[in-house]
Amino acid sequence: MGEAIVITSGKGGVGKTTTTANLGTALALLGKRVCLVDTDIGLRNLDVVMGLENRIIYDLVDVAEGRCTVQKALVKDKRFDDKLYLLPAAQTSDKTAVTPEQMKLLVGELKQDYDYVLIDCPAGIEQGYKNAVAGADQAIVVTTPEVSAVRDADRIIGLLEKEEHVKRPRLVINRIRSHMVKSGDMLDIDEIVMHLSIDLLGIIADDENVIKASNNGEPIVLDPTSKASIAYRNIARRILGESVPLQQLEDEQKGVFSKLKKFFGVR
Amino acid sequence: MKKQKQPYVTMKGTKDGLTLHLDDTCSYEDLIAELDEKLTINENEDSDGPLVSVHLKIGNRYLTPKQEEELRALIRAKKNLVVESIDSNVMTKEEALKWKQKTEIVSVAKIVRSGQVLHVHGDLLLIGDVNPGGTVIAGGNIFILGALRGIAHAGCYGNKEAVIAASIMKPTQLRISDVMNRAPDYKTEERNEMECAYIDDTGQIVVDRLQLLTHLRPNLRGERRL
Repeated sequence: MGEAIVITSGKGGVGKTTTTANLGTALALLGKRVCLVDTDIGLRNLDVVMGLENRIIYDLVDVAEGRCTVQKALVKDKRFDDKLYLLPAAQTSDKTAVTPEQMKLLVGELKQDYDYVLIDCPAGIEQGYKNAVAGADQAIVVTTPEVSAVRDADRIIGLLEKEEHVKRPRLVINRIRSHMVKSGDMLDIDEIVMHLSIDLLGIIADDENVIKASNNGEPIVLDPTSKASIAYRNIARRILGESVPLQQLEDEQKGVFSKLKKFFGVR
Repeated sequence: MKKQKQPYVTMKGTKDGLTLHLDDTCSYEDLIAELDEKLTINENEDSDGPLVSVHLKIGNRYLTPKQEEELRALIRAKKNLVVESIDSNVMTKEEALKWKQKTEIVSVAKIVRSGQVLHVHGDLLLIGDVNPGGTVIAGGNIFILGALRGIAHAGCYGNKEAVIAASIMKPTQLRISDVMNRAPDYKTEERNEMECAYIDDTGQIVVDRLQLLTHLRPNLRGERRL
């Protein structure tokens, strides 16, 4: 019996889909069987980021409405033999096409076969959010060091705390620009964590390679030299229960950083 | 039939006016009848004098609002008498609960996050923060052990004496009774000092050191007020 983790943020564009894709890939690299579920019906992206768009035949709505079995709708990622699967969202319907009850059943079914079911949540707090959260056991809240993103994260955490089946949400801070934090133009990590008062799962530095990689349909995690890749791998290990220290953000400390890089590069 | 040893209504004159002790063991009808009778007897005496205030002591009798109205009307009908107060030893459970709700300190341990509203009827003791976008509302005072970064509304039923105190006072808005105040548009230094907010003599909400509260609101000093 696996675990279902919903990745949510409230605000759009903070990196939910990227985080889902990369954490899923990182967990698969660590040898876990992972299923990614895109619940952003009508605005699906996860398949694009994963580079699996052209293999979609059936989708989430087809499964929910009983037009096909879950196994048939799942898209296998050939890069990781039998470790990573994607259940894509429908592009032709909207969020109301699925009910939270259907999602609960569906995720429950997937949990039987996979170690981790990662649910990519749409932005907002309406039906789509409710669907995504319905089947989850854990939650990861993604935010960026911006006041508006933190405000929405706070709102989402409040809503998640009301869901009794979801464990205490954990926080991922995405797109940190260390030079801006240093100059005081960006919220710093401690401030955000203190404000939201939930456990910090990881931080990811802003990295242009992430955009490049997702445009190519290859999660950044596959490139072991990138900063963001290491950050995602660390988060995946923390999900598995390992204790991994937070990455150094400062660009100046190249020494420490390259040591870290080397350490992970060897693995 | 009426063979009463003691009268149901006893009158006493004090310097504040008239005190009527109404027996609480007889029936309401008997009481009204006797009251009417007694007041009628005394009516003629100095009927042109100034208004005399009457205090009713009704012991362990419960009066419904309707009965209370009736009593007041009866006494008011006697020219220069007017009921000032009705003092009863009993109240309904509902009233008691309402009274309790309005005077108790409700302690809540949580973080009031964006979009959440925490509403209590009495005083609020919040063990946690109020984040921006979150709201706390209390009928009485608000005490926050954490940081207040959202909206706090104390004395929401019109109590202008209510105060708001917080360990870190960085609210987006403060409201006491029907007075409102908001944070300045410029950024202020975060002070490491507990602060309180109250309505000052000019009717404005001001924020000041917590220690001043004992002078400003002496009723907060000790025992719970009734």
